[in-house]
Amino acid sequence: MAGMDRADLLSLHRQMLLIRRFEEKSAEMYALAKIAGFLHLYIGEEAIAVGAVAALRPDDYVISAYRDHGHCLARGSDPGKVMAELFGKATGLCKGKGGSMHLVDLAHRFMGGYAIVGGHIPLATGLAFSIKYQGLDLVTVCFFGEGAMPSGQAHEAFNLAALWKLPVIFVCENNRYGMGTPVERAIALYADVAKTARSYGITAERVDGMDVLAVRSVMNKVVEQVRGGRGPWFIEAMTYRFMGHSMADPAHGHYRTKEEVEEHRKRDPLLLLKQTIVHHNLAVEADFKQLEREVSEIVAAAVRFADDSPFPTPSDLYADVLQE
Amino acid sequence: MVLSYREALNQAMREEMRRDPRICLIGEEVAYYQGAFKVSKGFVEEFGPQRVIDTPITEAGFTGLAIGAAMAGLHPIVELMTMNFGIVALDQIVNNAAKIRYMSGGQLSVPLVIRGPGSAAHQLGAQHSQSLEAWFCHVPGLKVITPATPHDAKGLLKSAIRDRNPVIFIEAQLLYGTKGEVREGEYTIPIGVAEVKRAGRDVTIVAYSKMLLLALEAADQLSREGIEAEVIDPRTLKPLDLQTIVTSVKKTGRLVIVEEGWRFCGLGAQIAESVYSTAFDYLDAPIRRVTGEDVPMPYSRPLEDAAIPDLPRVIGAVKSLL
Repeated sequence: MAGMDRADLLSLHRQMLLIRRFEEKSAEMYALAKIAGFLHLYIGEEAIAVGAVAALRPDDYVISAYRDHGHCLARGSDPGKVMAELFGKATGLCKGKGGSMHLVDLAHRFMGGYAIVGGHIPLATGLAFSIKYQGLDLVTVCFFGEGAMPSGQAHEAFNLAALWKLPVIFVCENNRYGMGTPVERAIALYADVAKTARSYGITAERVDGMDVLAVRSVMNKVVEQVRGGRGPWFIEAMTYRFMGHSMADPAHGHYRTKEEVEEHRKRDPLLLLKQTIVHHNLAVEADFKQLEREVSEIVAAAVRFADDSPFPTPSDLYADVLQE
Repeated sequence: MVLSYREALNQAMREEMRRDPRICLIGEEVAYYQGAFKVSKGFVEEFGPQRVIDTPITEAGFTGLAIGAAMAGLHPIVELMTMNFGIVALDQIVNNAAKIRYMSGGQLSVPLVIRGPGSAAHQLGAQHSQSLEAWFCHVPGLKVITPATPHDAKGLLKSAIRDRNPVIFIEAQLLYGTKGEVREGEYTIPIGVAEVKRAGRDVTIVAYSKMLLLALEAADQLSREGIEAEVIDPRTLKPLDLQTIVTSVKKTGRLVIVEEGWRFCGLGAQIAESVYSTAFDYLDAPIRRVTGEDVPMPYSRPLEDAAIPDLPRVIGAVKSLL
């Protein structure tokens, strides 16, 4: 296939692997009670964050919901600071004030994870509004699960984005379940949720969210359009989460079968990209082992950093409630 | 110069928008209709539709949009046609605007003013007559301002626009037409500073927004009977200038708090608690509250009158302490 570049593909693989291993380590740390609260893992959905962010410039805005580790890491945040935030440490991205669901990294234009379903989608239109108001050539990418699609705030945001031709790309990560409720029981237009966006005049298309190259390819095209001032765009990325909704939810059991999960795992985004790379003779097993070693060391170092970091002190309690 | 409350607000926004191109006005009917209460009269003509932006009827959507815009460098002013509609946007105000700075460990700012009329006017019914300031005051991360006079409205709105935090700026429909002396030229009034509106020695009355006018009227009437009330307008409800209130209470030994909002968990309860815990030994009588009644606002005139503090109730409360 044309355009297959070893360094490029291995870089994508490495980014997805970093998210995968980071999330697995987070689960371990949760079991050890080093991470508390709600923890929603991105395992299985890595191709969307990595593929989408790969199409962006460093100064474009990214905003997400509560399953946000993957987007933050894909944006280039320091894994140590992310892990420290999950540990609630003073060295975390948000000094321990945010936690897993509320990562923010302004330096990487990661404008936050938000935990009221649908509530951050109007914020994304606002980031885009600011871009347009100031005449900048930036775009905003807004990630959310398909569970947000029926929410009123999503609809209000779609209407405003289309009405005012705002430079925002809505990326709906359709993992088929809003917590334990399948799309068939939650969304009237479940078979084609992009139709909702189209009904507001937003150009929309579906992409295989397990295929990082497909995601990036669509995003490259879409970003160019949106950066060119042609208004918002909607992408429905079909995906599947391999773990439960949160750590309180087993991977399978009440609402989906083990067989169903196993079936989807056959299309693991890491596996798919590896097959492509191997198929094109761009790398051998030793190369992947090397990536594993590098990523494992990064994740281990992140845990060491988080472990060694101090907790915030009660004197930090009132800091940053208001800005002076 | 004498201005109406409405004109004072108009001047404040106009001066600030001339000063800083990052400031924009967003809301229902703010542009070509000139504002539902004509507060933004002439704005779209001067600043253009890029900065004076009519929205569809989607308070959650456009309030959220303004918050996002503030996170990315703008200083939006959101006009809510009435503060009642702020309930529709409450998720954005409480979960996003108020918390984004804290949750981000100080990385993000939300310099934003959300303004519009609160409290009852004349027979607007239960859904358009609410005094919701206590709700907003309850939320860490918000500032809440309730000016009563044109002079205060102008100076405080300019400060609100220059503030780096989300500010809830509550006006009142029945105040828009009221007139008062406004200082010539450029001035601001600091957020969080109360003002003694009338000096007195016998009793302190704390009242804000529309209720300030009622308290001053009551004070005039009491004066004719030889009772001198000191009337204090906090002007900013959060942060509250407790010091000015306590200084007065230490002098008078008596306190009446007048508020139009519902009694239960109302703002006066908080002010009373603050005064009790700071100046208990100076009180010669229990603190009295005159409040709105704990009912949805009825439409019928006599019932509406019964639900809102009036002159006899304020005077009665004062006399009960003497």
